[in-house]
Amino acid sequence: MQTAISTSQLTVTYGANTALWNVSTEIPQGKISAIIGPNGAGKSTLLKAILGMVPTLSGSVDLHLSPSQAVNHASDIGYVPQRSSVDWDFPITVLDLVLMGTYGRLRWFQRPGKREKEAAMECLKQVEMEDFCHRQIGQLSGGQQQRVFLARAFVQQASVYLLDEPFAGVDAKTEQMIIEILQQLREAGNTITMVHHDLTTVQSYFDHVILLNKQLVASGPTSDTFTQENLQETYGIESDLLRQSSKRDELPGPQE
Amino acid sequence: MIELLSDYTVRLVVIGSALIGATSGGLGCYAYLRRQSLVGDVISHSSLLGIVAFFWLSHFLTGEGNKSLWVLIPGAITAGLAAMLLTRSVTNRTKLKEDAGLGVMLAIFFGTGLMLLRWIQRSSPPISGQAGLDDYLFGMAAAMTSSDLWMICSLALLSAITVLFCWSRLKILTFDEEYAAGLGLPTARWEVLLLALLVIGIVIGLQIVGVVLMVAMLIAPASAARQWTHSLGAMFCIAAGLGATCAASGAFLSSVQKGLPTGPVIVMFLTAVVIASVLLSPSRGILFGRQRLVS
Repeated sequence: MQTAISTSQLTVTYGANTALWNVSTEIPQGKISAIIGPNGAGKSTLLKAILGMVPTLSGSVDLHLSPSQAVNHASDIGYVPQRSSVDWDFPITVLDLVLMGTYGRLRWFQRPGKREKEAAMECLKQVEMEDFCHRQIGQLSGGQQQRVFLARAFVQQASVYLLDEPFAGVDAKTEQMIIEILQQLREAGNTITMVHHDLTTVQSYFDHVILLNKQLVASGPTSDTFTQENLQETYGIESDLLRQSSKRDELPGPQE
Repeated sequence: MIELLSDYTVRLVVIGSALIGATSGGLGCYAYLRRQSLVGDVISHSSLLGIVAFFWLSHFLTGEGNKSLWVLIPGAITAGLAAMLLTRSVTNRTKLKEDAGLGVMLAIFFGTGLMLLRWIQRSSPPISGQAGLDDYLFGMAAAMTSSDLWMICSLALLSAITVLFCWSRLKILTFDEEYAAGLGLPTARWEVLLLALLVIGIVIGLQIVGVVLMVAMLIAPASAARQWTHSLGAMFCIAAGLGATCAASGAFLSSVQKGLPTGPVIVMFLTAVVIASVLLSPSRGILFGRQRLVS
């Protein structure tokens, strides 16, 4: 198994609060991985630390995005932040938002041109949002907003994608559509990692799980890591949801 | 009225005010979208201290107080930035929340500025050139000289060029700074540029609007423009246009009607535009919004 991203003894603090403590883990290449844990477990922080958005107190992040590139940059990672992180009343259109995914390739004085616009439209088509390209972003439903965010990450043409709760506040149909797109990306050899909350879908969606509660609890293939004991250690309590999801252990494994 | 417009001083004042209105109105879009109205208010109130202090400094160095914008605007920038940086370091090091820090800093800088102003006005022997310094409280467009107009022109041109060339970067930084950081853009540097643009949008208008009401010149055009469009570019142009129109009309009215402070007159025009926009906008207006709900 090849590793796309690895962290070694990563520690991140916000003021006096510890967000991540001594986390050493690996994200396998060409798989869909989930980061799972209770609220405040540092799941989003782990993504941001990988992207270099938050200062780390100690430890390191190693990116092995593509063997051909001598230097790996965090900017080669497609990032989908939480939907609630932006002001959806901002006066831009869907196409404008997706075009922002190309800004990393543009110089500071450049504006996106015809080539960038074509690429953005292509990515909008991928998430079936091309008819909405001239809509103001505030006019979209939650699921549509998420699909537009996804298109913005795709236009970065990355090989690794980090998604922060892409299914939060999204309807079932969109969730299904997003997971299918991500599975296609995986078949093409891309690496996908997301913060995920719904424990009932873990086994059908993910090849690999990372269980986190400030410290790393467990990390590995879903089949042998997503267990009752590990979940209990992660969440500290035994909830119905945990019991329900552990029953699914008996179900046949996901897409292998 | 045409006769009046051909008057050199009035023409100078109207052109200068229109440039100020356009610059503040346009740059105000960033402040509005980044929710920095309060920050803008702190910078403008705090700048009084810098204006008065630099005036006194010019008196101290040359023996005569200088009220040229080339002296006072650097003072305003210094004090405005000092207030911002102090707020940041206080809120980082204490448990004070940001809005409390901003409120405290506004009170300290503005209060000290007022005290220094009063001291300069009452000092004996009198400091030459101090008459009219208190116009910086509520603005006096008629005080504008042609050298001031050059200062205003350079600031307006500088900000227009910056915005045009850095359009995309400023847009992504305003919309989604976190994502911009993820793309590997040096967000800290762009933050500084946005702060600089905010400061320019404020200090450029202090002479005609005054420190007390300047935040209206910054935020009102953007608030009105936002009601009419869903595009950032159009919002920018509408805000600049509205700002220019209101500032020029207010400055004209106050310079032909002696004793009318310019700032409040401009703010009255701006208020009317904001109310009209909030009520009448076809997509976001209160009146038509209700109608849509009924149907």
